[in-house]
Amino acid sequence: MSEKTGLAPSKSPPIRLTRETVNAGFKKRVDALSGQHTDACYQCGNCSSGCPLAQEMDILPNRILRLAQLGQSDDIINSCSIWICASCFQCTVRCPKGIDIQAVMDALRQIAMDEGIDHFGPDQISPELAASVPQPGLVGVYRKLAT
Amino acid sequence: MKRIGVFVCHCGINIAETVDVKRVAEEAKEMEGVAYAQDYIYMCSEPGQTLVREKIVEEKLDAVIIAACSPTLHESTFRAAAEEAGLNPWQCEIANIREQCSWVHTDREKATNKAIHIVATIVQKTKLNESLEPIPVSITKKALVIGGGIAGIQAALDIADSGYKVILVEKESSIGGHMAQLSETFPTLDCSQCILTPKMVAAGKHPNIELMTYSEIEGIHGYVGNFKVLIRRKAAFVDWSICNGCGLCMEKCPAKVSSVFDRELAKHGAIYVPFPQAVPNKPVIEQDSCIYFKSGQCRLCEKVCEIGAIDFEQNDQFVEEEVGAIITATGFETLPVADLAEYGAGDVPDVIDGLAFERLLSASGPTVGEVKRPSDGMVPKEIVFVQCAGSRDPERYKPYCSKICCMYTTKHALLYKHRVHDGQPYIFYIDIRTGGKGYEEFYQNAEEEEGIIYLRGKVAKIFRDGDKTVVWGTDTLTGRNIEIAADLVVLATAVIPKDSTAELAQKLRIQTGPNGFLAEAHPKLRPVESINSGFFIAGAAQGPKDIPETVAQASGAACKVISLFSRDHLEQDPAIAWVDEDLCGGCRICISVCPYDAREYDEEQGIALVNEALCEGCGSCVAACACGATQQRNLSDSQIKSMVTASLGGE
Ligand SMILES: Cc1cc2nc3c(=O)[nH]c(=O)nc-3n(C[C@H](O)[C@H](O)[C@H](O)COP(=O)(O)OP(=O)(O)OC[C@H]3O[C@@H](n4cnc5c(N)ncnc54)[C@H](O)[C@@H]3O)c2cc1C
Ligand code: SF4
Ligand code: SF4
Ligand code: SF4
Repeated sequence: MSEKTGLAPSKSPPIRLTRETVNAGFKKRVDALSGQHTDACYQCGNCSSGCPLAQEMDILPNRILRLAQLGQSDDIINSCSIWICASCFQCTVRCPKGIDIQAVMDALRQIAMDEGIDHFGPDQISPELAASVPQPGLVGVYRKLAT
Repeated sequence: MKRIGVFVCHCGINIAETVDVKRVAEEAKEMEGVAYAQDYIYMCSEPGQTLVREKIVEEKLDAVIIAACSPTLHESTFRAAAEEAGLNPWQCEIANIREQCSWVHTDREKATNKAIHIVATIVQKTKLNESLEPIPVSITKKALVIGGGIAGIQAALDIADSGYKVILVEKESSIGGHMAQLSETFPTLDCSQCILTPKMVAAGKHPNIELMTYSEIEGIHGYVGNFKVLIRRKAAFVDWSICNGCGLCMEKCPAKVSSVFDRELAKHGAIYVPFPQAVPNKPVIEQDSCIYFKSGQCRLCEKVCEIGAIDFEQNDQFVEEEVGAIITATGFETLPVADLAEYGAGDVPDVIDGLAFERLLSASGPTVGEVKRPSDGMVPKEIVFVQCAGSRDPERYKPYCSKICCMYTTKHALLYKHRVHDGQPYIFYIDIRTGGKGYEEFYQNAEEEEGIIYLRGKVAKIFRDGDKTVVWGTDTLTGRNIEIAADLVVLATAVIPKDSTAELAQKLRIQTGPNGFLAEAHPKLRPVESINSGFFIAGAAQGPKDIPETVAQASGAACKVISLFSRDHLEQDPAIAWVDEDLCGGCRICISVCPYDAREYDEEQGIALVNEALCEGCGSCVAACACGATQQRNLSDSQIKSMVTASLGGE
């Protein structure tokens, strides 16, 4: 992965919460697309503990849910976590509140695509690398990380 | 020579791990006067007690010593066992080799030697123990309940229903306590007034309950079964015996006084009842605020009162009552917002506490249930609740968890949401503690379905910015700080004991704990009793508590009183001081040292006597008596002398 994987802010600006940010629609959009209820998450962290790809993520699954509850869309759709997620359902089967986190991740990927956020473009790959990578790998990368 | 049996307990490994119990038993066998000695794993168990009983008979023992845990735990157990086998209970002694030996030492060799010395010491005492008979004491079968909150009301009703008389003393003019201030109550959200006022009325009408409101305890003496209590009935300046509660005086009074009941969100006159559903529904004149008392002019209330109930000449009255048991249920208050400097020290108008918010939510409150902020009456659209305000902060405020605020804060946010649909409530918390039947479900539902935002972190600072109240907090779950420009902030301030509790506890001579709440005799096994016999405790005066727990404890305390009253007489421990009348020179030093007022001078005989019912057997007078006239039963000078010798390893 390129050095720019961690797109979440490296500093910690305060979140200025208002009823508009909380209820602006991002959470509703995630809930509508995923058919889930993000507010049900009580932050136990079980989804993250059981996630086989957690160590590759910049924001752990439980924190993705948390940011969604607070309407922090930018942090989420710019994160690499939603693309690292392998949709393996480990989180979904573990969640004590019955949230299908995988479906939430899917919804977030859809939103990221809608918003046109590219993590990868042809210009980011050198001809040498392109030649050494198997074709299906390249196709997969484009499908997952570019709109 | 007496035949003494020694029984050494292992207490599982509590004693046996540090003390070689077999050696203690072996050594005990060698002691003069000991006819039998044995160890056993759990002396207090049924087989253990059976062993003691059997050996008393088989070995023809005259006295037994149980080397085990503290006598406060099982002395009565073993004395009962000894009595069953035909011994006088005072021929059974405890040698404490647990609290005073195994628990405080690690060196097995030294601890074993010490245990042997402890046993030897008690053997010396036992040799000279007399057989005693308990002293019968009569009981006044009337209870005093101090504090008319839900705890006091429940306890009074339970005792009264079982047929005994109760005096319910309440400091304010009405009973009800804090529950009367609440809007709806978690977790079922029933209206507080609707479940409380019927109980208030029942207490007011009960033929066995005498309500003494606007009254305080002045002094008390006596002992379990026979207390004498002096009660001060504060001057209300209204003759309650004729006042019919019409309220005309209150309408006309021109004085304006901030209502304590309404947390200063409303005003009433100098003559007032705290709330319309008060029991009794009789007004009092607050002397400090009354225009007539301050300036000598007004007396408007007197003019409008057609039946002439106003009485400016009234004085405090003192009444003495005899009771047999006392329940203290003086409740709690909350840490003043002014004490919380980082939250505006009470100077930010739109920072209020939980009880004030209850008044805003209450249908009978100053805003008739509409949520309006104090500064300008605006309906807040962004509202922040701050939990643990002054609780769980050992460095600066209170170290303990106030226990009720997690639940009432969720309730507050929920009731707010029900009233202000487009408003956004936020709750800052460190942990959410919802241990209670239906409590976790209540909280999870609020979080999931009511759109309340829970933010995990403590608020560092609250300040005013224009008409907004800015809250600086954090959310450790996102790892980000949070700033909210709120319209209203509600602090879940720490629950603290009622300010007068310390003074009252001193008057009653009952204990308080490190944080000022009333202390129970045992944290697990005697939670409704004070260590001093005849005193019981209930409700939030003992520690932060919600209503279900308060009511349960109150009924528990009432049961203890009822069980006390169900006896014909009480038995006083006879191991107390006695006077050799021939030796007493009448110097009266004993009278000055006795902390229980148990010594009295007999003019006729010129000697100091012991009031057996009052004497607690503390030994102060015994030590003070210069001519050796006062002795303690079963702790005579000769017993003490030989015990000291034995404890030092001498013969
Ligand atoms: C904001 C808030 C919301 C709450 N909401 C809920 C809820 O929804 N559900 C729930 O279960 N619980 C709730 N509680 C807890 C509830 O208020 C208490 O559990 C209950 O009031 C305790 O009753 P009590 O009788 O022990 O004490 P109190 O209610 O404090 O009553 C004590 C009484 O003793 C009197 N008194 C004090 N000192 C003396 C004295 N020296 N002499 C004579 N009388 C004296 C006082 O005047 C008072 O009338 C809430 C508490 C707060 C602060
Ligand atoms: S497992 Fe479920 S409840 Fe727990 S943090 Fe993940 S999404 Fe939230
Ligand atoms: S005399 Fe006092 S209580 Fe009566 S009306 Fe005047 S101010 Fe009020
Ligand atoms: S009950 Fe909750 S809010 Fe209250 S002190 Fe305990 S943890 Fe804090």
